[in-house]
This record gives sequence, structure tokens and C-alpha cells, in this order.
Amino acid sequence: MDARRESEVAPMKNRTTVERKSERELVVTRTFNGPARLVFEAWTKPELFRQWWVPKSMGMSLLSCEMDVRVGGRYRLEFAHGDSRSAFFGTYKEVTPHSRLVWTNEESDEGSVTTVTFAGNGGKTLLVMHELYPSKEALDAAGTGAADAMGETFEQLDELLVTLGTSVGRS
Amino acid sequence: MVQYSGGPLDVSFAVLSDATRRGVLEQLGRADASITDLAEKFRMTLTGMKKHVGVLEQAGLVTTEKVGRVRTCKLGPRRLQEEAAWIERYRQLWDARFDELDKVVEELKRKEKVDGRKKRE
Repeated sequence: MDARRESEVAPMKNRTTVERKSERELVVTRTFNGPARLVFEAWTKPELFRQWWVPKSMGMSLLSCEMDVRVGGRYRLEFAHGDSRSAFFGTYKEVTPHSRLVWTNEESDEGSVTTVTFAGNGGKTLLVMHELYPSKEALDAAGTGAADAMGETFEQLDELLVTLGTSVGRS
Repeated sequence: MVQYSGGPLDVSFAVLSDATRRGVLEQLGRADASITDLAEKFRMTLTGMKKHVGVLEQAGLVTTEKVGRVRTCKLGPRRLQEEAAWIERYRQLWDARFDELDKVVEELKRKEKVDGRKKRE
């Protein structure tokens, strides 16, 4: 049922790009097929945010998600990864509805400052996420952390893609 | 400029058969350097060093970048490959997240449509 609906409605997948702007900065961009108002909502309402922030391929589960989205408000996400627990928390520095979010990450002294901008254009939204780290080492470590989070599950994903690949012909 | 007709091994062999070029690679393995720095270190003319760096660059072993009047040299492909792999892993993480976000946005759009219809009725 879902598959049918998606094959009718889902437009072509947009590409995610990542660029290391400098030793301490990373920029991620992606276009979404919806107005900025809705994309912003998905970033700022915890019940929506938790639906996408931890994709299955990360091999983690999100235990809790608290977000007080206003200047000076705090957020806290708690994860389970096997037997280990971790948390991701910080403070919102700027909140401009439908266009801009800035937050800090405070798990360590090496936390980043993340700026997300939402630029609407003809029913689509260009999202640009800019991360600024205090040092090159901190950014290197963040990337390696992402790799660790994704690494072991990539094989599972590959297997899944092979399975899906065999059924692509029907659509 | 030196021309190569063989495969990658031949290229590397020809490039690395020169002691200065091997020295430059070792040097860049420790730190990036300008062509002027390298020329001084290896007691060569600027023109001579430019030629060596050109050969290394053509082989992809070194990359150079000009900032202002200074051309800085750094180690090439392996580092670039590592960097590219690092970026790709990061990209896959965000791509996976954003695929899920696409679904959330689609769902919000669908709800809005339904709500809009209800309001009009």
C-alpha cells in the first residue's frame, strides 16, 4: 500500500552534498520537496524530529528527545547503541521561524556550533547545514564517529539494496 | 614535461627514481611546504624545483594550491582519497537522515492537503 503511494507521489530523490569548507567547517546541503515552513517544523517539533534523526542504518535507537526550541532553550537526545548509552545535548542560540536555527553542542569542550538555514523556493526548500568545530581534530573525530555509527550497518544496508534491486523492475 | 606511456606502476617508478622527488615526498609527509621552501631545502633553483613538483603533481602524488603569491605543496592522492572516504561516510549518514526527513515532509504535506480540503468543505 505504502509502496504504491510512494511510487505515485515520490519525486526523484534529491542529492545530499557534504563539503569540508575548512579544517574546522563542514557544510551539508540538500533540497527538500516541501515548503520551508514544513521542513522547519520537522526540525523543531520533537515528535517529528525523532522520526528521522536516527535512521535505521545507524544501528542506534533514540530513547528520548526533548527540545525547547527558543533562544536559550535546551535540547537533549538520548540514544541506545547495543548496551551503551549516549546523549547529545546543547542550547539553541538563534531561532528564526522557517528560516534559521543555530545551536551549540555541549557534550564536550570540543562541541560544534551548528547553523541550519531553510531557503524556500517554489514549494521546495534548500537546506544548508553548517557545522563549525573548535579544532581540526574535533571535526576529524566527528567524521570518524559518524563512520563508526554507520560502518557496521553498511553491510546490512548493502544486502538490503541487493534485495531491493531485484524487485526494482516492477515499478 | 616528462611523458609516460606505461601504467600507474611505471609512472610511480619513473617519478620516484629521482632522489630529489623522493626527498620532496618525505618532506611533504612531515608538513606542507611552498615551492620556495622546498627549493631552499634541496638547494635548487626555483625553476628546478617547479619542474620536480610539476612531475609529482602530474603523477597525482602531490597537489599544489596557490594562495596569494605563494604556491603550497602537499601530499596528493592517498590523503585526498582518505579525505574523500571520510566525507563520503559523513555524507551517507546525512543522506540516510534526510531520506527519512523526506518522508516526514511528505507526510506533513499530505496532512496539510487533507486539512485544507476539510476546511474548505
